Amino acid sequence: MQKLIKDGVITENTWTLIAKPEGDAAAFVVPSDDVIVPLNVWLAQKNSLQTRKNIGVWLDSDETAEQLGDDAKTLPLIGVNFPLFMDGRAFSTARLLRERYGFSGELRAIGNFIRDQLCYLRRCGVNAFAFSNPEMNLEAAIKSLNDFNEYYQTSVDQPLPLFRRRA
Amino acid sequence: MYIYDEYDHSILRQRVAQFRDQTERFLSGDLKPEEFQPLRLQNGLYVQRLAPMLRINVPYGMLNSTQIRRLAHICRHYDRGYCHVSTRQNIQFNWPDLTEVPDILAELADVQMHGTQSSGNCIRNTTSDQFAGISEDEIVDPRPYCEIIRQWSSFHPEFAFLPRKFKIAVTGSERDRAAVQVHDIGLQILLNAQGEVGFKVYVGGGLGRTPVIGSVIRDFLPEADLLSYLEAILRVYNLSGRRDNKYKARIKILVRAITPEVFAQKVEAEWQHLKAGYSKLTQTEIDRAKSFFSKPAYAALNGVTAQAAVDALAADNIAFSKWLQRNVRGHRVAGYAAVTLSLKPTGIAPGDITDSQLEIIADLADEFSFGEARTTHEQNIVLADVKKTDLFPLWQKAKSAGFATPNIGTITDIICCPGGDFCSLANAKSIPIAEAIQRQFEDLDYVYDLGDIDLNISGCMNACGHHHVGHIGILGVDKSGKEFYQVSLGGSASNDASLGDVLGPSFGADDMPAVIQKLINVYVENRNLEELFIDTYRRIGATPFKEKVYAKAN
Repeated sequence: MQKLIKDGVITENTWTLIAKPEGDAAAFVVPSDDVIVPLNVWLAQKNSLQTRKNIGVWLDSDETAEQLGDDAKTLPLIGVNFPLFMDGRAFSTARLLRERYGFSGELRAIGNFIRDQLCYLRRCGVNAFAFSNPEMNLEAAIKSLNDFNEYYQTSVDQPLPLFRRRA
Repeated sequence: MYIYDEYDHSILRQRVAQFRDQTERFLSGDLKPEEFQPLRLQNGLYVQRLAPMLRINVPYGMLNSTQIRRLAHICRHYDRGYCHVSTRQNIQFNWPDLTEVPDILAELADVQMHGTQSSGNCIRNTTSDQFAGISEDEIVDPRPYCEIIRQWSSFHPEFAFLPRKFKIAVTGSERDRAAVQVHDIGLQILLNAQGEVGFKVYVGGGLGRTPVIGSVIRDFLPEADLLSYLEAILRVYNLSGRRDNKYKARIKILVRAITPEVFAQKVEAEWQHLKAGYSKLTQTEIDRAKSFFSKPAYAALNGVTAQAAVDALAADNIAFSKWLQRNVRGHRVAGYAAVTLSLKPTGIAPGDITDSQLEIIADLADEFSFGEARTTHEQNIVLADVKKTDLFPLWQKAKSAGFATPNIGTITDIICCPGGDFCSLANAKSIPIAEAIQRQFEDLDYVYDLGDIDLNISGCMNACGHHHVGHIGILGVDKSGKEFYQVSLGGSASNDASLGDVLGPSFGADDMPAVIQKLINVYVENRNLEELFIDTYRRIGATPFKEKVYAKAN
């Protein structure tokens, strides 16, 4: 199985990403192993899926943290998708999941984000990065996580803006 | 002006290192062109018609002489000996070599300058009033707030991949010289009944292919809430702005689609979550920002005797008196004046400036204006703090350097984008049109008699030349491979902001000087006493102008 970057190190990916089902989300048969299901499957089958510990949910870029709401706290993993790397909605969605909906599990970027977005994504609370490109050089990509080590604004990794920390 | 501390330097050095690595990965083939594109844009680097173009931010227009000399050095060493002052107060280099851009950025970082977010779908350089801090009609100096916004917006992790570009302007004066109503966010500083500082917040203004005057979504935002409120606006935009069509992706389209009232409610709802958070400004931070914009060490001058000395010189020298009339304006400190150095002599592309001219400006700034100068969105340079008794020697030096064209605010002080001579987006050339109009209006006495006229030229509907808000606006259009020019009348970027009305069918380049002359003739025939062009147009409407200009066709 393809590897990913999690908490700054390369690790095995034990989760299977489930694509959006073609038909009725309520009728989709969710596999029994560790899976990340699309939001619509989660919303349609929440009652049964909630009893499992190995269910993650992924949000597409046009789906909001609010749609997951308080469910976020109960999940071990949430994915935020980049259909295109230029679609930056996941940056806001990630912050909302962390800062407003109390999500403390693995927050995973999925889809077509690029290496050069890693530092900002980390700042917005994303801690796992599953590149869509299997050829991706993860060793090299890790370096981009720390393009910056000092920041002006409040964010997930450093809630105090620089103006509150300047001596 | 603001001085970097170790934090600012460290962050900027990391940025330069990041971009150096990205450039190397691009050149070695590790980074795809389509992935490198937004990264280079966010460092100011465009790929243009003939060569790359590098845009360097001049935060809210403020430059010191050390920075100006460094810009001169970059013109000379990395470029072809000149650069360009843009319509957003920035500096553009037209011929840098991609492989040298990281070195240029490193040289600029040494003098506290950068191209960060000067293009791309992110928060751009914040612009302001070129007379900030010295203007007689100023309520509050906007620059400390501009600097607070600059820091907050720089490398903001959440807002680097917005649906589209995002521009913020701030004004602190009664008369808006920053065109805040045609920005994505416009902030007008004001005082409430208790004397507290706050902002009137406009959103969704902008030019481009869908020009819109901004809507007020908040009448008074307390200063401490500035950043949390901006964050709320940007978040609503980032999540809800259209991404399916780049021509409908600006915030103005969103605001119009859901109405300003609904947009304001969404921002308000988001802001309720953020307003008590750590982004709330502390008094310490506001005071720190203000401390960099304290008054320079003005001499105690007698305003009356200083003015009398200037008047005496002007009485004997018509050229000097014309320059005083157009290029010098009042100052809140007795005995001082603000001087605009014109970058609009006939025959030079508006806003273009050479390496040695930059060095002369640096020298003039050191000698006459506390070592500082300012760029303006009208593409000129301001020396803001000049003793009136120094005006004459300053004029003589400015004149020999080619900066003393006494045309500020007149029809020949044309705002003009680089157009088809440089820009790959342009549909038509703009610089030759500006020159042809300048040549049509070479008689200075006549030009003065016409008074203040904003004539703005854009080479395409992206509207970098702000043609929609020119009293006379000219837009270059392409008609089956030929360049034509559409004229609009009645635009304004000031407090009474308005968008110009298109006059009618477009004209060929050769016809333009005569067309503008006819429009001016209609104005002169119809004006009442001292009435300005814009006011005559608003009073009599477009019909008399149309009749004159299109008479031949009838």
